Amino acid sequence: MMYLKLLLIACLVMLPLSGLAADGGYGYPIPGSYEATILGTPAALMPTFPEEMRTRQLVLDVIPDRKKPPIFFYDEGLRCTFAYQEKKAPLVFLIAGAGSSDRAPKLMTMMKAFYQAGFHVITLPSPSHANFIISASQSRVPGDLTEDAADLYRAMEVAWKQVAGDIEVSSFNLCGYSLGATQAAFVAKLDNDRRVFNFRKVLMINPSVSLYSSVTKIEDLLTKIPGGPDKQGVFFNRMLSKFTQFYRYGNFVSINDDFLYAIYAEHLFTHEETGGLIGLTYRINLAGMIFTSDVMTNSGYVVPKNRVLSPTDSTYDYFLVSTHLSFIDYFNEYLYPYFQKQRPGLTKQAYIESLSLRSIEGYLKSSGKFGVMTNENDFILSKQELDYLRYLFGERTKVYPRGGHLGNLEYKDNLTYMVDFFKL
Amino acid sequence: MTVTRYSAGLTLTNRIIFNALPTIALMLSLSLTGCVASRVNTQDEVPPMHSISEYRDQRFADVADPWERFNRNMYDFNFYFDKYFFLPVVSGYEFITPTFLQNRISGVYNNLGEIKNLTNSVFQLKGTESVTTLGRFVTNSTVGLGGMFDPATSFGLKRHPEDFGKTLGYWGVGSGAYLVLPIFGPSSVRDTGGLAVDTGITYGIYTAIDPFKSTGNSFAISSGITALEFIDARHQQSFRYYESGYPFEYYMVRFFYHEKREIESRKPLPLK
Repeated sequence: MMYLKLLLIACLVMLPLSGLAADGGYGYPIPGSYEATILGTPAALMPTFPEEMRTRQLVLDVIPDRKKPPIFFYDEGLRCTFAYQEKKAPLVFLIAGAGSSDRAPKLMTMMKAFYQAGFHVITLPSPSHANFIISASQSRVPGDLTEDAADLYRAMEVAWKQVAGDIEVSSFNLCGYSLGATQAAFVAKLDNDRRVFNFRKVLMINPSVSLYSSVTKIEDLLTKIPGGPDKQGVFFNRMLSKFTQFYRYGNFVSINDDFLYAIYAEHLFTHEETGGLIGLTYRINLAGMIFTSDVMTNSGYVVPKNRVLSPTDSTYDYFLVSTHLSFIDYFNEYLYPYFQKQRPGLTKQAYIESLSLRSIEGYLKSSGKFGVMTNENDFILSKQELDYLRYLFGERTKVYPRGGHLGNLEYKDNLTYMVDFFKL
Repeated sequence: MTVTRYSAGLTLTNRIIFNALPTIALMLSLSLTGCVASRVNTQDEVPPMHSISEYRDQRFADVADPWERFNRNMYDFNFYFDKYFFLPVVSGYEFITPTFLQNRISGVYNNLGEIKNLTNSVFQLKGTESVTTLGRFVTNSTVGLGGMFDPATSFGLKRHPEDFGKTLGYWGVGSGAYLVLPIFGPSSVRDTGGLAVDTGITYGIYTAIDPFKSTGNSFAISSGITALEFIDARHQQSFRYYESGYPFEYYMVRFFYHEKREIESRKPLPLK
């Protein structure tokens, strides 16, 4: 079995050999955008990190006296992970991607890379993650880039206050991936007015240009499955049985890396199915955001208004209902109406445009502190949007030939580029 | 000295469990008296904009869970048990024990676990696997100094985790309802029975050999060994209750536990 694994990795590494010459020797092995997104980076192609790190879990009281419903009894405050050096060093705030916590695996890898290179690091959950909605979102309604940025900024200030006495910081920096990258731009814009941190450099990894258009592209992945998104339960069960059968025919020891790479190597799932799985994962994630926000605001969106859920109540039906709502549903029925009430006269089109980098283009173009790292085949960006990023950031736009959405984030070259960006 | 400390740890475990019993009983009675008591609602409920009545799809990630309320109580109990007792003990252990020693201790317990893997591969009549596991046990017990090191893996003898729950599954016994056990965590009716059998077999072998008989302090030592085994098992397990923050974590854990067991315990299909 050990040889099988080596063989598989060898196959993976060999795959793009033909393409190597054309793309300057970039060694990330998985050519398909969906496959890369799901598989990420094979462990053998990640750098090695020190086993021991000086880290601390921060649990922050960002919004004092926040009332928490009984069902979220375990939530004691905003969770951030803090890794620190014993000498004066630059600090990087890392913002997680949509729906991810402060300990998301990709975030942890980034934290290790920065720590190893001598940075202090504070990771933050995504404003779309339940913990953030419960403990750090003023409105409890995630999705508005300006308000999310203000919440993030407040959380960073509280986190910094908590650790300021323990470390020496030479400069503040900011980095985020996926939705967190787009949010980083808005946080930096806010910092430009507030000047608490005066961020020296800001790196955006696989950002979306327009939140609405990126989300539409991800939602489209589910329209390609039989019956469309309303039949994702059927799709889920069918994929699961495919997966199970494959395991039982092969002589696998357990569900581990060997098995997962075998799935890839044998093309168990078609391109459309792989895309469907990405869409489904995204929906399961989104369901957590929708449900949490609804409970926190008592809006009566999926949970009956005025119902107080106890920690032992079944929430399975809410899970099913929430997974069958798209971001577009959430946008039309929940997010936009909420902000329309606060900003009378706000049209839907104007609101969609406000959730885009284009709405702060003047600032982004004038500032020299930004950098972007993304992939040619990241499916959350259109060709025009990729060109727009090049137009905004010019030389500071790094586009890798493959990696899908975040698939190559943990690849050693990418991590090196990431760290070097902040060193210069 | 160490022995005393570990056996003290066990007594403490017992005491905590014992003290927790009224809490469990209280939690249970609260949950049994039902929704009326737990809902302090003054305002009328209004139906939500989207409800299950509009659902026209197959249910998914679903697992038979007739005792969900009990299970959720246990899930929350384990969360508190971890938080106020188990994890502090594990951190204390990790603090006083050098990493090198921690890994050797894990190795020894994992090697003893091979006995369970072996008996169950035999029960499932898996020839090659039984030989591999026996080979691992012999190699690691001797060359690997009682399991402290794992030369067997580098000789290509891969670990095959087995247990009696899997054996039952292999011979066609269904998993039965989902069950969250106190301290042990996610399980099923079948796997709980399996756990009891495996524990019985290990205990039987242990009693038959009784390696510490000559010390005259056999009970204290074996209690210490068991306590350390629990601590080591939690130390090796990175799962933390509610750490994901995902509001449907209970269902995700339930689904992944159930499916992983289902997939790994069933008979492989012949190649067509």
